[in-house]
Amino acid sequence: MHALNVDYMLSLTPILLSYLPLTLGMASLGMVLALVLASLLAVIRVSRVVILDPLARLFISFFRGTPLLVQLFLFYYGLPQFLSFLVSINGVTATIMGLTLHFSAYMAESIRAAIVGIDRSQSEAALSIGMTHAQMMRRIILPQATRVATPTLMNYFIDMIKATSLAFTLGVTELMGATQKEAASSFLYFEAFLVAAIIYWIVVELLSQLQKWLEKRLNRAYQR
Amino acid sequence: MIALEGITKRFADHTVLDGIDLSLERGEIIVVIGPSGTGKSTLLRCVNFLETPDAGRIQVGDLQVDATHASRDDILALRRRTAFVFQNYALFAHKTALDNIAERMIVVDRLSKSDAHDRAREILERIGLADKADAYPASLSGGQQQRIGIGRAMAAGAEVMLFDEPTSALDPEWVDEVLTLMKQLAAEQQTMIVVSHEMQFAREVADRVVFMEGGHIVEQAPPETLFTNPQDERTRSFLRKVLAGNGPAAP
Repeated sequence: MHALNVDYMLSLTPILLSYLPLTLGMASLGMVLALVLASLLAVIRVSRVVILDPLARLFISFFRGTPLLVQLFLFYYGLPQFLSFLVSINGVTATIMGLTLHFSAYMAESIRAAIVGIDRSQSEAALSIGMTHAQMMRRIILPQATRVATPTLMNYFIDMIKATSLAFTLGVTELMGATQKEAASSFLYFEAFLVAAIIYWIVVELLSQLQKWLEKRLNRAYQR
Repeated sequence: MIALEGITKRFADHTVLDGIDLSLERGEIIVVIGPSGTGKSTLLRCVNFLETPDAGRIQVGDLQVDATHASRDDILALRRRTAFVFQNYALFAHKTALDNIAERMIVVDRLSKSDAHDRAREILERIGLADKADAYPASLSGGQQQRIGIGRAMAAGAEVMLFDEPTSALDPEWVDEVLTLMKQLAAEQQTMIVVSHEMQFAREVADRVVFMEGGHIVEQAPPETLFTNPQDERTRSFLRKVLAGNGPAAP
């Protein structure tokens, strides 16, 4: 037991902060890609597209049914043995890929639920003015479903930021990996991981504020 | 010209529409009346395939569609030649009044956004809601929403406008403004089929009133004839009920 080494924590903070862009970068790119994939999966599920629907179901079932860490190891260590062109896959790419696939499965389900929850009169009105099914989805249903799904999707984004810490198991020096290295050389594990925890915490808090602002903005059209 | 031939619709083992024939000339205004649950709305929804008829033919202008083998393109073409006004307005909840009206012109008619907005503004002017261009549906009264709903239908420049009980969901105070707008359209010779319980409107505006019951057209005639001298006992019985204590037309 020793006294908390505050000086060390203060000197460590800027070092760890310099890894934050990589952490946020992986999460943001993963989020954007996951959103695109999830919307696609959700529309396939809702519209019951032939052949693709059962495949989407299988995809969602697998990526929700297995741990993210297992998926990351599968992509990074496993797949290259199988598909030779992946030999050069680096940890960052594998992480983004894993986050995208894993979270898209969850997000697809919440987007699907949001789509199904949109009042039928909205789709009937869209069809009545002569829109195709795709136009209706893109211009009428998805924008409204996005509003409904946004709080949940923001929660997944927060989850995803924290999940980037798993990248250190693939040898990526992001916030978590950097903390691990610093702690190993200073032996001040408690201080080091406390700084890391606080950095994650503050980032997530800031995002929660953004979430509140976003929800307010999205609800603007619905104020009486 | 609009023609419906042998329109049939079944839900499970219940026949809602039993071979309906109905035709109207350009500029003609038909009001369909009858007890609830007799298929009036279903008939209207069959015209643009919001419900798929089990049998029958639909003709709008030079477009002919056979219900039993209607292609996706047929259905789209039919919807683009018709316009629909919903009982519950069904405005796009995430779009402003202006965008609700402009949407079809942008997506279906491929107008530029600025042209579509210009035309939408003209329509807002005509329906007396120019000051509500940027308002979202949730902030508007029922009457205003339905006028926007009619404005959206006007944007189609459709060969026929279909009104599905356009005033039934409205508080009484908003009914008049909607009916006034519909009369304005009628005066402009807009072809329309109106399903409505507004007998006074039917009497004033309709060229022909169609009485439906049990999935059949029982009787159709110009309003002065149908309201004063109905031929069928079912029509008489219905009119007695709805017109009870409601002016001189009760037979």
